[in-house]
Amino acid sequence: MAGVGAAGVSAVSVPGALTGCSGDSNAAAPDDRVEFYGSRQAGIVTPAQDRLHFAAFDVITDSRDELIALLQAWTNAAAKMTQGRDVGEFGAMDGPYIAPPEDTGEAYGLRPAKLTITFGFGPGLFEDEHGNDRFGLADRRPAALVELPHFAGDNLDPARSDGDLCIQACSDDPQVAVHAIRNLARIGFGVTSVRWSQLGFGRTSSTSDAQTTPRNLMGFKDGTNNVKAEHHDNLDKFVWVGTDDASDEGNASAWLAGGSYLVARRINMRIETWDRTSLQEQEALIGRDKKEGASLSGGKEFTTPDFAMKGAKDTPIIAANSHLRHAHPDQNNGTHILRRGYNFTDGSNGLGNLDAGLFFIAYTSDPVKHFIPLQTNLARHDGLNEYIQHTGSALFAVPPGVSEGDYVGSGLFA
Amino acid sequence: MRSPLSSLALLCLVAVGAACTKNDTATASGAIKVRSTDDACEVSPAEAPSGNVVFEVTNDGTKVTEFYVLAEDGVRILGEVENIGPGISRNLVLQAAPGKFFTACKPGMEGDGIRSAFTVTDSGTPVTTGDVAGLLATATDQYGDFVRAEVSELVEKTEQFADLYTAGKDDEARALYPDARTHWERIEPVAESFGDIDPKLDLREADLEAGQTWTGWHAIEKDLWPPTNGYTALTTDQRTALADQLVADTKDLSTRVQDLSYDPAKMGNGAKELLDEVATGKVTGEEEIWSHTDLWDLQANVDGARIAFESLKPALETKNAELATTLSARFESLEDLLGEHRKGDGFVLYTQLTADQIKTLADAVNALSEPLAELTAAVVL
Repeated sequence: MAGVGAAGVSAVSVPGALTGCSGDSNAAAPDDRVEFYGSRQAGIVTPAQDRLHFAAFDVITDSRDELIALLQAWTNAAAKMTQGRDVGEFGAMDGPYIAPPEDTGEAYGLRPAKLTITFGFGPGLFEDEHGNDRFGLADRRPAALVELPHFAGDNLDPARSDGDLCIQACSDDPQVAVHAIRNLARIGFGVTSVRWSQLGFGRTSSTSDAQTTPRNLMGFKDGTNNVKAEHHDNLDKFVWVGTDDASDEGNASAWLAGGSYLVARRINMRIETWDRTSLQEQEALIGRDKKEGASLSGGKEFTTPDFAMKGAKDTPIIAANSHLRHAHPDQNNGTHILRRGYNFTDGSNGLGNLDAGLFFIAYTSDPVKHFIPLQTNLARHDGLNEYIQHTGSALFAVPPGVSEGDYVGSGLFA
Repeated sequence: MRSPLSSLALLCLVAVGAACTKNDTATASGAIKVRSTDDACEVSPAEAPSGNVVFEVTNDGTKVTEFYVLAEDGVRILGEVENIGPGISRNLVLQAAPGKFFTACKPGMEGDGIRSAFTVTDSGTPVTTGDVAGLLATATDQYGDFVRAEVSELVEKTEQFADLYTAGKDDEARALYPDARTHWERIEPVAESFGDIDPKLDLREADLEAGQTWTGWHAIEKDLWPPTNGYTALTTDQRTALADQLVADTKDLSTRVQDLSYDPAKMGNGAKELLDEVATGKVTGEEEIWSHTDLWDLQANVDGARIAFESLKPALETKNAELATTLSARFESLEDLLGEHRKGDGFVLYTQLTADQIKTLADAVNALSEPLAELTAAVVL
């Protein structure tokens, strides 16, 4: 896009450039903006925004230089959009009259509404399905960037799974999030192709103690026991890849230190059959009270569950097959995961039922150590499986943050 | 809108106006407050007008508690909520006719509970709480007989099927497959209640985790209707092992079912679960991805749900005749629709259905499933 803009300047007179207001249409209050640059990428421990547009891309070029150029262009565009500015030199409205605008324009005049744009690298960037080293990166592939195994009950749609690159755009304004993905996809044409994308209309997790716990489409509070921005010890242990985590041979993934891994799972809910389930059964399957979110062993939402407490007929009051029991850190060797999921509906499924559920996003310092055992356990024992089906899946390595003048993931190409 | 609770609530609104409880996020204004502690059970007020009575039970103690409403004889339980953890609130909603009752909290879930008298005054609202205990006892007996009869047929046909399969008589095995499975599908929630049997007998390939051994009907299904590419047919020894396991697990089910007792809630929920199975596995063609005999399963699930419903119907007619009428009509519509897809002794294959026909089936399943989900509360409350 930068090339188009530069050509425009030399060829025609541009009113916007003369008045000095090009590409800066969106007057944003400072608290509407989330800083893009920093040691970590934004959009991970940033308090979860209300809306999501997530996209996964296939890289369709063989050129390492083109790939790097794209990451540079994406970085520049993301830095602008997150600060409420248009993409490109001239933005949405102020470019050459005979050229298509650099920015698509639907976010013109809107505030960024805490827009964050977070980038990730999939396994396919390092090696294709035949093991070919596409961009000279194979020896930098982090050991934990694996192909996820088939978990019991998975019904994955290849067209909603995997990808060489991903972008997570979150904002409190859905139009702003969609604008971000749309413009980044546009910049990528010729180098990348959108493999799949997913809209999320409501957050299902809190990533800060300052936020209340939202509800998922089952009507229950979700992510009560999440890792949050304030939990520094757990962030270092369970979210951020540390310098000593990059312990694979030859320090292959040193470039990932300060980053994380992103697990995406499209989890369809069988909404209609769930809605026909008694409140008693719903609470028993979740393991929590529906109104307050307290575990069935009592107290309030954040009271520590007592998994040993007995209820009627001497059976555990938090049922043996309840979701809480099998998802809780106490039952998974202390494993915590930072969840950042969103409710979705993608219309209906052709049988008169909603195609809806939870687009699960988790950030983890080691998917092999943390996510895979946890999901194996859930897929095997969680009573909720009767009402859900995983239909999409992807894993990405999320590089650390970017400093001004640099581009996202530059450490990988250094 | 056909919910028995909402129609009663409407009736209540018309009849007694302000006394009616409100469907609000705030505390129901007409609710009876019950505060259960480790040594007390405060019920306030100790009377309510007849109709829907809502007890909002809060456990302010340190032990798990239960709350009961008992008849005047102090023995017969009219309603209960159990497993109320410390700090938790839970509602007991029941339809009460004028009369004298007892309430009881049972902190620690032991003993007769902390009891006090409770009076239901005459609001003028007609309440049908006719004593259906006898009808329900008959219903559970009938259902138990039905389950045992089905299991007996299942064992017999599974053995025949296993013999054909191990003998390599594939055409005959294929013909018997959906017929034998009918007896499984009719009682599937009962089998599922054992937890360990269902995965051994009825796991689909997608349900397996990496490295897990696959046994049961669907492993054999795939071998009898093998995919054209990338499938290695099982050897005679492998077939024998699968078939022997199938028979052994089915006999295990049969043994365990003999002593099983049923209650109306289990039956009502079982019927609901059968229709869930239809909605999520059969209407979508996911159950029988190799044989495509999903309509046999669908019919069997509906049979099982219908038997549970018909056993409970006399009690339901006493308590909520309108729901009984609706359910009868919806069962009939679905049966009629299935009838259109009959062919010979069985059905057409799922793959022979058009998208429109599948959608129409799905609509009929939803139309039945929604009111069927109300069956349990309607007969138990």
